[in-house]
Amino acid sequence: MAFVEIQNLSVAFGRSPALRGINLAVERGEAVGLVGESGCGKSVTWLAALGLLPASATVRGSVLIDGTEILGAPKARLEPVRGGRIAMIFQDPAASLNPVHRIGRQIGEALGLHRGMTGQRAKAEVIRLLDQVGIPDAKNRINAYPHELSGGQNQRVMIAMALAGEPELLVADEPTTALDVTIQAQILDLLTTLRRDTGMALVLISHDLGVVSETCSRIAVMYAGRIVEEAPSAQIFTHPSHPYTRGLMGALPPLSGARRRLVAIPGSVPEAAHMPQGCAFAPRCNAATDRCAEVDPVPLPLTQDHSAACIHARPYRQAGHPSHHHAATTRERAMQ
Amino acid sequence: MLHYLLSRLLRAAVSIIMVVTFVFVVLRMSGDPAMVIMGADAPPEAIDAFRKSWGLDQPLWIQYFSFFEAVFSGELGRSMRDGRDAMAVVLERVPSTLALTMPAFLVNLIVGVPAGVYAALHRNSLIDRCVMVMAVTGFAVPSFILAMLLVLILSVNLGWLPSAGQDSWLNAILPIATMGFGGAALLARFTRSAMLEVLGQPYIRTASAKGLPWSAVVWRHALQNAAIPTITIIGFMLGGLVAGAVVVESVFSWPGVGRLLVISVANRDLAIVQAIVLMIAITMVAANMIVDVLYGLVDPRMHGQARPARR
Repeated sequence: MAFVEIQNLSVAFGRSPALRGINLAVERGEAVGLVGESGCGKSVTWLAALGLLPASATVRGSVLIDGTEILGAPKARLEPVRGGRIAMIFQDPAASLNPVHRIGRQIGEALGLHRGMTGQRAKAEVIRLLDQVGIPDAKNRINAYPHELSGGQNQRVMIAMALAGEPELLVADEPTTALDVTIQAQILDLLTTLRRDTGMALVLISHDLGVVSETCSRIAVMYAGRIVEEAPSAQIFTHPSHPYTRGLMGALPPLSGARRRLVAIPGSVPEAAHMPQGCAFAPRCNAATDRCAEVDPVPLPLTQDHSAACIHARPYRQAGHPSHHHAATTRERAMQ
Repeated sequence: MLHYLLSRLLRAAVSIIMVVTFVFVVLRMSGDPAMVIMGADAPPEAIDAFRKSWGLDQPLWIQYFSFFEAVFSGELGRSMRDGRDAMAVVLERVPSTLALTMPAFLVNLIVGVPAGVYAALHRNSLIDRCVMVMAVTGFAVPSFILAMLLVLILSVNLGWLPSAGQDSWLNAILPIATMGFGGAALLARFTRSAMLEVLGQPYIRTASAKGLPWSAVVWRHALQNAAIPTITIIGFMLGGLVAGAVVVESVFSWPGVGRLLVISVANRDLAIVQAIVLMIAITMVAANMIVDVLYGLVDPRMHGQARPARR
C-alpha cells in the first residue's frame, strides 16, 4: 500500500472547479514531480489533502495515509499529520515565515508539537537542523528574524522547520520559483540530499519540467485540474503521450544537439468556470480532432506505469517489460 | 534600538518646533493683536503703548525668538478674562477631561479590539455582521447626535442619568458611553481589517501546515502581526486623550479642556487658545513617540531601519 493515496480528489471554489478528480499515489521514500502551468491545481491538491484550504472550498474524494482517511478528519487526527507525517514548504519563503518571530522559535515550535522537545534540548536540535540544511553559523542564526536572511536562507529555514517534525513526506510547492537561479540548484540539491539521508518521500511541485525531471523519479503532468499524464521521468521524455506534455517539452530549451526555436503552447488555460466540453486541452491542441470536443478523456494505461488522458495516446511496448495488455486490464479493473 | 529611539526623539523635537512656529504665524496673521484687543477706534498713542509693552514694535525675527523663549520657559501669557497664567488655567482643567477620556479609551480598547478580532475570525457570520453594523453606525453617527440621543432616552425619557454638569460620577457615564462607542467602533473596524489581512498571509498557512491548532495560530502568529497597523489607530486615540472631548464636553457641559477651548475661542482669549493648541500638539507628538516605541517592540523589522533588508 502506498504511503499517501489520493483518490478522486476534487475541489471547487464556489461554482468553479479547481480540481476535477485527481488520483495520485506516493510510495514511501519516492520522489514524485507534479508539473503544470500555474492555476492547474498542483498546490491545491496538497493544500486540500492537508485541510489547509479556506472553508469556502468544497473538497470531495479521499486522501488515505497508510490506509487512514484524513480528508474531513477531525482536527485531533489532522494536526499530527500536518508537519508530523506530511510537511509542506512554499513558494515565497520570506512571506511564509512569520516576520515578528525569530527563526529559532519558529523551528522550535514544530519540535515542541511533533517531538515534545522544549528548552535546551529543542534549542540544540534547532541548531542541528539549521546545520543540516546548510545555514552557516547556526548557533547565532537562531536569533535572526526572517527579514535578516536572504531568500535562499529563508527557504533553508523553511526546510529545517519541515524536517523538525521528521515527516515521511515533504511537499515542496515551487520551492525555488522566488529564488535566484544560482540558489535554485542549491535548494534542489539540498532536497535530494535530505531525501537520501532521511528516507522521506518528496513531492516536488513545479511549473518547470526540467527541474522536476532532475529531482524526481516519477512525474505527473497536470492540466486544468486533472492529471493528464503520469510516468517515470525517463519515459515522459522518451514517450511523451499527451499533447500538453509534448508542448511543455517543446518549450524547454534542448541541452544538447542543434539549437532550435522554442515552441510555445498557443492560447491559455481555460477558466475554471467555463471548462470546455470534451477534453479541456482540445482548444489549444494541434492534434485535436472533432471527437476531442465530445469525449472527456480518462487516464488510460499505455504501459505498466505510464498513463495519459488523451484519446489519441497509444500503448507502446517497452523493452524488458511484460506486454501492456496485461497492465491495461489490471488498471481498468482497479479503476472500476 | 537606541539609534531608532534617538531618531524618533529628534523627529518629535522638529515636530514641536514646527507647531510652535505655526502658532506664531497664525496668531500674527489673524490680525494685529493691538487692534483686536484695544479696538479700532483707540487713540494711536494707546495702540503704540500696547505694541511696545507686548514687544510688537520689534522686528519680526526678534518677536519670533522671544516667542520661542517664552514658550519654552512655560510663559504663555495671561488670560484676558481673569489675568491668570494661561497654562495654569488650562492645566487645572486637564484632570476633568482625563476623567472622561481615560475610561472612554479603556472602553475603546476592551470593546473595540476583541470585537474586531472576533469579527475577523468569524468572517461573514451573524456576529461579524452585527459587529460591522455597529461599527459603521458608531463611525458614521457624529458624537453630538449620539450624545443627544443618549440624553433624550436615558435622561429625559427614563430619568436614569443626569444630562449635564459634574455633580457626581453618574454625570460621567453618558459622556464616556458616547466616546467609548465611537472609538470602539473605529477600533473594531481597523482591528478587523488588520486581522483579515494577516489571516490571508502565507505565514499563517505555514503555521497551520506545521500542525499548530488554530487557536495557537491566532494567538501566537496572527495577533502580534495584526497589532502593528492597529497600534497606529490606538496612537491617534492616545493623542486625543487631552483634547479629544471638545464636542462631548460641550454637549454635556463638562468643565474640561475642550469646553474651555470653545469658550476661549468665543471670547477671543488668545493666550488660552494658544496654550491649549500647544498642549494638544505636545500630546499628539508624545502619542506618536509612544506609537513609534511600540512599533519597535512589536515589529522587529523596525529595528534595522538604518540597515536596508538584505534580499
